[in-house]
Amino acid sequence: MTATDAAVRRRDDSAVLRISEDDGERLEAESNASDTSMIMNMGPQHPSTHGVLRLMLEMEGETVMRSKPVIGYLHTGMEKTAETLTYLQGPTNVTRMDYASPLFSELAFSMATEALLGLEVPPRAVWIRMLMCELNRISSHLLFQATNGMDIGAVSMMIYGWREREEALRLLETITGLRMNHNFIRPGGVAADLPDGWRDEVLTLIDALPARLNEFDTLLTGQPIYRERLQGVGVINTAECLALGVTGPILRSTGYAWDLRRDMPYLAYDQMDFDVVVGTYGDCFDRYAIRLNEIRESIRILAQILDQMPTGDYRVQDKKVTPPPRARIDESMEALIHHFKIFTEGFKVPAGEVYAAVESPRGELGCYMVSDGSAVPYRMHIRGPSFVNLQTLPHMMQGGMVADAVAIISSVDPIMGEVDR
Amino acid sequence: MNDSVLHVPRDQLTETVAGLRDEGYVSVLDVTAVDYLEHPGRTDLPPEVSPERFELVVTLISHAAPGRVRLRVQVPADDPTVATLFDLYPGTEALEREVADMFGIVFEGHPDPSRILMPPDWEGHPLRKDFSVGQIPVQFKATQ
Amino acid sequence: MKLPLVGDPKAIVDQGLEGVDHNFVTGKLEDLVKWSRARSCWPATFGLACCAIEMMATGGAHYDLARYGMEVFRASPRQADLMIVAGRVSQKMAPILRRIYDQMMEPKWVISMGVCASSGGMFNNYAIVQGVDQIVPVDVYAPGCPPGPETLMHAILTLHDKITSGEITRRRDETGAGANLTVDQRDGQSSTGVVIRT
Ligand code: SF4
Repeated sequence: MTATDAAVRRRDDSAVLRISEDDGERLEAESNASDTSMIMNMGPQHPSTHGVLRLMLEMEGETVMRSKPVIGYLHTGMEKTAETLTYLQGPTNVTRMDYASPLFSELAFSMATEALLGLEVPPRAVWIRMLMCELNRISSHLLFQATNGMDIGAVSMMIYGWREREEALRLLETITGLRMNHNFIRPGGVAADLPDGWRDEVLTLIDALPARLNEFDTLLTGQPIYRERLQGVGVINTAECLALGVTGPILRSTGYAWDLRRDMPYLAYDQMDFDVVVGTYGDCFDRYAIRLNEIRESIRILAQILDQMPTGDYRVQDKKVTPPPRARIDESMEALIHHFKIFTEGFKVPAGEVYAAVESPRGELGCYMVSDGSAVPYRMHIRGPSFVNLQTLPHMMQGGMVADAVAIISSVDPIMGEVDR
Repeated sequence: MNDSVLHVPRDQLTETVAGLRDEGYVSVLDVTAVDYLEHPGRTDLPPEVSPERFELVVTLISHAAPGRVRLRVQVPADDPTVATLFDLYPGTEALEREVADMFGIVFEGHPDPSRILMPPDWEGHPLRKDFSVGQIPVQFKATQ
Repeated sequence: MKLPLVGDPKAIVDQGLEGVDHNFVTGKLEDLVKWSRARSCWPATFGLACCAIEMMATGGAHYDLARYGMEVFRASPRQADLMIVAGRVSQKMAPILRRIYDQMMEPKWVISMGVCASSGGMFNNYAIVQGVDQIVPVDVYAPGCPPGPETLMHAILTLHDKITSGEITRRRDETGAGANLTVDQRDGQSSTGVVIRT
């Protein structure tokens, strides 16, 4: 199927239901007994929709004919709020978008700001960022394993997934001070250097995880019921994915190897040795398996980071963007003024516009930033991968059972905070 | 980040994107807009492009020769309409709906031009610069 | 320590039922009702944003909400006693939140989890309802962004106390208002290292 075919399919006898909510209700009220199709509402408060996603499903018996994701129930106005926050406060805002992988939004924001400033980040900061991102990718994919299992009905996966995720969160807490919404990666570097003993902690984690992942394999991968629920469900092909702008594990599940970390490297990923995991059939099972194996790849990357972590500064020594060291504030009046200025007024960023992107656990996460030369962004836009990926839902669901719909939503792994922003 | 930037006149957007598609730009990554209300005479544009209030920003990606291209389209305030890219890249559907919702730019030929993020009966377009953030002043109550 | 009517806890642990002093426990019916209300207070799943992840973590193996008889997050509000508003409430979500609250059966309680639900938090803008107490009466506010599992459990236990004492239900009957309690943040006070036993 080419891109134009996909367009035709979406416009005409498409998988997408194109009526408003009110029309849906009216149609439902007018329908008579001989009319076998019905419009069903799912969400926004529903256990399997990962927060506040709402779906309108046009059903023929138990078969889904067309569907429409209705979003916006978590619209937070973050892009508007970003226009009132300085560049230093910005990460606080964007980190709350994708709350399963907050560090990636911070990274995209910081990279965009640094590109406008023309800043070069010191090597240690780059590597710390990479370390944090891979840890975060692990915790995000573990969350997927937990919720995916629960949605399918393997409720005990909830416990297993959280058991491991909790350890990853502990490590993140040791390093950043918070379990979630870290605000750790900031323009110019990271907020703090790694604490003493971080190496041992990371080692403990990556030593123990592979055995736990094998446990997941035993519990799920070879399990006939689990496979039955996922294999051949929610199939999508490469052309459709590209036409829809889909990125991340969904695109890779169709057998198309595209990963920004390898293909358009940022940070120091070009020095890392890792594999891009792809699927074959583009179904829910492939997406599950890709995420599971991406955890293994992240462990490989972490091991390399441990070996090669450089020494040096964890943020640039540029007086303009870096607050003075804490100890200096007690000694010097200038340092105190400097500190105060940076945190109240922020720093000015040269006018311009830039787009910076990173590979988040859900796909390409981009930050488009426009500066007018003042201390706050003139416009800040986040291209959330979940937002775009959500458009695949109607296509994957068409012709499937309503029970499969739950598996499909879960396999897209949308984070509504990022969808609605 | 070394993306190429093209300034495209509004009426040539569809052709340009179609051309880029044939050149191997496989996906539209992002469609967004900027409201330059407070910068009517901005100078960051090449001389042949006359600035307008809105600017539509379309980002495409090529996989064969990895790279992105960003199209910047000037959209006047008195006639905020642009032709939809839906027929070329159906993935722009949600993105265009968001721009329509947030900026009030109308995409002609879009199959579902309803609001996407705000409630259907919402008035105004929040990301326009003349829409206020809507802040409630913070009151610090006496701390016991 | 010797619990009234039941016996010495250590003896019960060691000897099981043999260690119980009395075979009957007597009490007022009212106390029994309050006690059982507090001990199986089923929450409705009302995860909205980041806080919902922490709410799920509280139900997970480490923090184990099952200890308080609360591990069953009910998908249907009609089966739930407690609504944990976990996350920011948008203008679009507000009517739905109220509807779900109305569908819950009395007696019902509300915990506002996180600064967003309590006051709008850092999102002081057009899209977010500045405090869920504008829509539903709130009993306990849990501070934090997000409140960690410890803080949420502290909030829940505070609520349990109030339910057991009956104070909340009385006030609800009289004024219809929530209890408006604020608890302290208990998480993030110290972080522990990774402990994985293989
Ligand atoms: S209080 Fe913080 S963690 Fe909770 S929903 Fe709001 S931003 Fe997210």
